[in-house]
Amino acid sequence: MSDLPKSDELFSHIDHRPPKGKDWMDIPVDIRPGMYCYSANPKSMETLSAPNVRKWNPLEEDWLLPDNWQEILHNGLKERLEKFRSFKVFMDICVRCGACADKCHYFIGTGDPKNMPVLRAELLRSVYRNDFTKAGKILGRLAGARPMTLEVLKEWWYYFFQCSECRRCSVFCPYGIDTAEITIMGRELLNLLGLNIDWIATPVSNCYQTGNHLGIQPHAFKDMLEFFVEDIEEITGVNCTPNYNKKGADILFITPSGDVFADPGTYTCMGYLMLFQFLKDKYGLDVTWSTYASEGGNFGFFTSHETMKRLNAKMYAEAKRLGVKWILGGECGHMWRVIHQYMDTMNGPADHLEVPVNPITGTTFENAASTKMVHITEFTADLIKHGKLDLDPRRNDNLKITFHDSCNPARGMGLLEEPRYVINNVANHFYEMPANTIRENTFCCGSGSGLNAGEDMELRMCGGLPRANAVKYMADKFDVNMLACVCAIDRAALPDLMNYWETGADVTGVHELVGNALILPGEKKRETDLRGEPLPGMEEEADE
Amino acid sequence: MNVKYFYSFLAVLVLALIAWVGCDLLGLQVLFGVILPYIAVVVFLVGFFLRMMDWARSTVPFQIPTTAGQAKSLPWIKFNAIDSPFTTGGVVARMFFEVVTFRSLFRNTRMRVNPDGRISYDIELWLWLFALAFHYTFFVVILRHARFFLEPLPLPFEILEKIDTFVQIGQPVISMSSFALLGTVLFLFVRRVYLPNIRMISLASDFFPLFLIFGIVFTGIFMRYFAKIDVTAAKELTYGLVSFNLPSLAKMQGIGSIFYIHVFFVSVLLVYFPWSKLMHMGGIFLSPTRNMANNTRAVRHVNPWNYPVNVHTYEEYEDDFREKMIEAGLPVDKKE
Ligand code: HEM
Ligand code: SF4
Ligand code: SF4
Repeated sequence: MSDLPKSDELFSHIDHRPPKGKDWMDIPVDIRPGMYCYSANPKSMETLSAPNVRKWNPLEEDWLLPDNWQEILHNGLKERLEKFRSFKVFMDICVRCGACADKCHYFIGTGDPKNMPVLRAELLRSVYRNDFTKAGKILGRLAGARPMTLEVLKEWWYYFFQCSECRRCSVFCPYGIDTAEITIMGRELLNLLGLNIDWIATPVSNCYQTGNHLGIQPHAFKDMLEFFVEDIEEITGVNCTPNYNKKGADILFITPSGDVFADPGTYTCMGYLMLFQFLKDKYGLDVTWSTYASEGGNFGFFTSHETMKRLNAKMYAEAKRLGVKWILGGECGHMWRVIHQYMDTMNGPADHLEVPVNPITGTTFENAASTKMVHITEFTADLIKHGKLDLDPRRNDNLKITFHDSCNPARGMGLLEEPRYVINNVANHFYEMPANTIRENTFCCGSGSGLNAGEDMELRMCGGLPRANAVKYMADKFDVNMLACVCAIDRAALPDLMNYWETGADVTGVHELVGNALILPGEKKRETDLRGEPLPGMEEEADE
Repeated sequence: MNVKYFYSFLAVLVLALIAWVGCDLLGLQVLFGVILPYIAVVVFLVGFFLRMMDWARSTVPFQIPTTAGQAKSLPWIKFNAIDSPFTTGGVVARMFFEVVTFRSLFRNTRMRVNPDGRISYDIELWLWLFALAFHYTFFVVILRHARFFLEPLPLPFEILEKIDTFVQIGQPVISMSSFALLGTVLFLFVRRVYLPNIRMISLASDFFPLFLIFGIVFTGIFMRYFAKIDVTAAKELTYGLVSFNLPSLAKMQGIGSIFYIHVFFVSVLLVYFPWSKLMHMGGIFLSPTRNMANNTRAVRHVNPWNYPVNVHTYEEYEDDFREKMIEAGLPVDKKE
């Protein structure tokens, strides 16, 4: 990380003009430290019986592949073309109009032409043409085809782990070609050869065994939440001890484990605990957490469809075991893409659950009638709309907030208004970033899809540039000092990004803001927010 | 010179030469004016159908629309029925606007890094405008060819002709669509060569259709306004093709080679179409990010090849951690 260039230096070196007179196929791949993640730990690969488990180093010439690796890839490609119409159609219909080219945050931040979504896709498409189309077989390179070589494989690996599967390109493509989908296939193929990165493989292995990415064991999970309970009690005087693994509770709550583990996600976690305590005290709602289904996120999604399914299975299984009515999901990006577009198909139908009804407002969540899982901002927005929460938004008055739409809720779900509605009801100063950087046009944090490791910091800072740049603009123009989001990876990744690009903004989850504004029954006069900072108007008291 | 467009250009020149030699020197008008066009139409229709079937054979395991607007959720939140369609009607509307107005391309922006360090994303509509103009003028030109195949010309085609020849400067009447088409093809070509990033992503197979279409339009305009071929004879041949009542060989030979080059180009385009990127015409309808509803949590989508996987069950988990759980006061299923 010490090699990370200074931000102004990095910025001034970004050049979006491609190298002159060179065909992209002739530009050799240069696997550069700072831009890639370490290879998977063999022990983690073993947990899920991954193929070709061994120790290998991306910088070395020999990647220790099985002898028939080309055959494995060819067959893998063939199988996926038959199984996924998306993949097959996207291989065939791109007209290379280039509309997607400058839409990718990694291209904007690096200027590397192979980070243009269309070229990222061509990396794979060129091999597809060679192996599966007549024109490619006869005309070869003239038809944009090339055979699979070790060089090409390395290029795949490097660039499919420089795509955060954010789908921004897909919004702008006239045919909806989703390079994220191509990256997903590319990574599945790479995984057939055991070419995963450790930042994905180890969380996956942890999640499989202990229930969450961080490998937190049940007793430790409880300890960590209890720690928040103490903090909350100190600040508010109210005990918010949650239920664990409670059979017969009304609702099972699942959220990414990142929020249990690291600031500032922890404050969002405290917000959840406070909300549930409030609802219990006022309305008798019984929510339980689970130490088994203690992960909302799903790094399996960044490995293969099968791994995604294997990790996701816990949600319905645990809901069934505990006999809850339905599931509530915390703030997370890719977790929600998986729940919204995959879970019911993979692991449903969830006939053991009921169509979600908010018992406090009577609202039926028709949009979740089959999957039976509700997003926490849908739930909270509904409560606020019906006037069921006691809120004092002035407690967030020291914040000038803007909202970062996370890629997956925006483009894989359409969750745009709910978080905004909640923020506007728990805080008084909210400002939108420029229209081309939010909602369906939102920019990735630069660290999505399992790329939020430490060793690829330069890549992350490059990829996050468009987002940081928009926040900086807001800071300059409106003195915005807080970036809100509904994603645990954002909360882990954005603080570094905000620092690096010197935006001066902090990062918060939406439910941290809720926790600050929420007036708990029987609470004492609050002097600080959840971070222990003095509340607006309380600065003097804190000094005493 | 870039080999990609050089070879494509060369290929189109060679095609022209073949047709010219074939007709002017070898007298193969029947081949170029009758046999090849028939084959081409059959290849196009069968090929198009096969490609669509080939795509349709691949399964759609997951419902993965790209949402580009607010989803339908709580009743009081206004949702975007087109960009985040909840119903089949919404999906049809979304697809309709994609196909008819290139709605996604209309979103296009151009990224710029400004001297003050701000990155901006300004509206950039040239590609959308010219792409749309290209397709519509192409469409109009095709429709205008009805007068070579239908007798008498149905009213809608008459009206189209009136509109298309609205601006009249002397004789013969100028058909605006063909010149506009030539212009838009030229724009798309220049864009490909001029913008460095677009040049980089372009393949020979991106230039070939542009040159070929340029060739078609150019020969069309040339024989109509400059070479002045025997139109009556040409019409006799084209009517003959659709009514299976061909004119005499002598008549066919009197039309002029430029006509056969034109027809040969069209035949090549038809044959080329199903095996090329031009199939975007059919593929767009099968694109899962655009042709599916965003209602996955409300209506279950079924994956035809969904298979059981190994999972780490709760029982196994409890076996791993029972003691620690009991010690921490967490409930367990089996107390041992
Ligand atoms: C359902 C019908 C069709 C739709 C919705 C459609 C849509 C599009 C769109 C959105 C583009 C990208 C913009 C551009 O680069 O121009 C495009 C490109 C293109 N289309 Fe179509 N198209 C259709 C049918 C056709 C047909 C019948 C042809 C005729 C051969 C055609 C030829 C082309 C060509 C050559 C390009 C590439 C232009 C370039 O090189 O930049 N399209 N089409
Ligand atoms: S926008 Fe779509 S069709 Fe155009 S180059 Fe990108 S992927 Fe290809
Ligand atoms: S999905 Fe996102 S990261 Fe990947 S190519 Fe598209 S825009 Fe870039």
